[in-house]
Amino acid sequence: MTYARRAWIIFYKDLLVERRSKEQTNALLFFCLLLLFLFQFALGPDRDRLAAALPGLLWLGFILAGLLGLGRSFLAERENDCWEGLRLTPGDKSAIYLGKLAGNCVLMTAVEVVLVVLFGVFYNVDLWTPAAPLALVLALGTIGLAAVGTLFAAMTTQVRARELLFPVLLLPVQVPLLLATVSATQALLLGQPLADVAHWLKLLAGADAVYVTIGLLTFEFVLEG
Amino acid sequence: MIAAQDLRKTYGPTLVLDGVSFALAPGQCLALLGPNGAGKTTLLRLLATLLRPTSGALRVGGIDALREPDRVRPLLGVVAHGSYVYEDLTARENLRFWETMRGGDASPARLSAALAQVELDTVAEERVRTFSSGMKRRLGLARVLLTQARLLLLDEPFTGLDRRGRKWVNEFLQAFKAGGGTAVLATHSFGGGLGVADRIGILGQGRLLLDRPAADLSPEELHRVYESLTEGAEAGA
Amino acid sequence: MTRALGWLAALGLLAGLAAGFGYAPREAVQGNVQRIMYLHVPSVLTAYLAFGLVLLGSIAYLATRRPGWDRLAGSAAEIGVLFTGLTIVSGSIWGKPTWGTWWTWDARLTSTAVLFCVYVGYLMLRGLIDDPEARGRYAAVVGILGAINIPIVHFSVKWWRALHQPSTILGPEPSPIDPAIGLALFVNWVAFTLLFAYFLSRRIEIARLEEQT
Repeated sequence: MTYARRAWIIFYKDLLVERRSKEQTNALLFFCLLLLFLFQFALGPDRDRLAAALPGLLWLGFILAGLLGLGRSFLAERENDCWEGLRLTPGDKSAIYLGKLAGNCVLMTAVEVVLVVLFGVFYNVDLWTPAAPLALVLALGTIGLAAVGTLFAAMTTQVRARELLFPVLLLPVQVPLLLATVSATQALLLGQPLADVAHWLKLLAGADAVYVTIGLLTFEFVLEG
Repeated sequence: MIAAQDLRKTYGPTLVLDGVSFALAPGQCLALLGPNGAGKTTLLRLLATLLRPTSGALRVGGIDALREPDRVRPLLGVVAHGSYVYEDLTARENLRFWETMRGGDASPARLSAALAQVELDTVAEERVRTFSSGMKRRLGLARVLLTQARLLLLDEPFTGLDRRGRKWVNEFLQAFKAGGGTAVLATHSFGGGLGVADRIGILGQGRLLLDRPAADLSPEELHRVYESLTEGAEAGA
Repeated sequence: MTRALGWLAALGLLAGLAAGFGYAPREAVQGNVQRIMYLHVPSVLTAYLAFGLVLLGSIAYLATRRPGWDRLAGSAAEIGVLFTGLTIVSGSIWGKPTWGTWWTWDARLTSTAVLFCVYVGYLMLRGLIDDPEARGRYAAVVGILGAINIPIVHFSVKWWRALHQPSTILGPEPSPIDPAIGLALFVNWVAFTLLFAYFLSRRIEIARLEEQT
């Protein structure tokens, strides 16, 4: 029970800090808007080309936002030696990972919702009809990204050149997730039923389970640093 | 309470601690003096299980601190430079967070009592960002109060405090000792802390050059001994 | 021990060359360029061996904290990256005359490229941390994640390829029918494994010496 309390208080604390400082979330959401423009300008005015690239762009935007948002997961802990304070707390350190993971999932979900809405509006794409199955793909993709991102963010917090190392470590590991989510999203947007992308969903679910498990098991080794 | 034996710590080629051994009985306070770079912070961090020594043995409260650091940690109260506060949380929220993380009872009544004891109850709902360094230090002590620690490890607790703040920390330490607690404090200033110390240790070049009961040395003698012992250290550094 | 390995590896490679170019027949469809498979396939097999050792060393290091395991993991990763690079390059060289292009996103090449990137990141992480204890720990976490990710990558890439290009017989598959080719392949694989063992042994030795200074 203490484990759950500790995970919860980490989550709650991060929420409070974020709500008070506001800097991170607002900037991140604004970044999503900028990405929209970026993609449009990069791909040109051709409507069809944009529509065809849409699933990829959606997840690309999501990963880019993730690189920014997740990399900062442990930034608050760098102030006033709070990281050290966490090291001194007794008990299973994976509770900290879980709390941080939950917070990051919430953050990334907010980013996604914004991206999806922006894409729907600006690129005039119907994202409402396949909303339910799409939400499932989004949820599975989010967990996978956040699971590895939280772990690597903790690691790179203590390392030189962390802003560079974080994407370098995270992106190759995310490749299977990217392939799965983009393929599944594409199929769903073309109107295919959920059953058609079942194998992708299973891959995502399996990968998520693996990543979260590794995160839970190895976080204490990362925190020690 | 503490039994340290031949603690050595190297960072790559640099030798920071070169065979430090000492023992500290419960209810006693050891003041560690030494110039910057002598290894005071490293030694404290070793005692706090934040670092592992390159070699040596350490027992805290009868527990092997190297094998079972997690069993030692509940006994410890660490007051370090960083003070472990989240700037965007209020004083009360900070206490609630740390006490919950410790697995203790974070009920509002307990938190209020701790805040009152460090005279921060009037600003309990203010964000720590608005606090002076002295107030942050007091908040750190409130956190330690809640933990019911048996061993207090303080790294330069008087730095950045005004006279009132120093007096405050001294009184806190006296009360802590009176309650049976043990303390190790590292400082490079002679003003604060020495009044409350039962033992004085001088750390230089990674070694404990002196380890005597405080009663043995008058302040002038202490100054002299300190200068002569650390002269070599500073010249060599 | 290391010297013996070195000599054995050299002998093995010579034997492999002889088998690949002398003994094995010229492949009917692809011609002589197919012979690069004797380099490509053993390379990728050796790379997987290397990363398997990284996984082993990483887990063992976290469990025991003995620096020897970390040295194994780090050294194996370096050599693994080397052989992965070799795999990609040899695959590319094979691809140019065969498909007309230096690079193609076929399943195996893509998976191998991703593997390459994961462990280059691993090496970069090691390079950026000076404290050997922290380096060992962090690298171990990445090493474990990277290795366990391999089958996930494999399946995702395979299904992805199936979407875009159903049923192509791409990839320098060894023909299982001709025993001569099979034998040449086997000889080269043994030679490469010996070479890997030699490199690994040397690299661990260097790592141990480095740590002493």
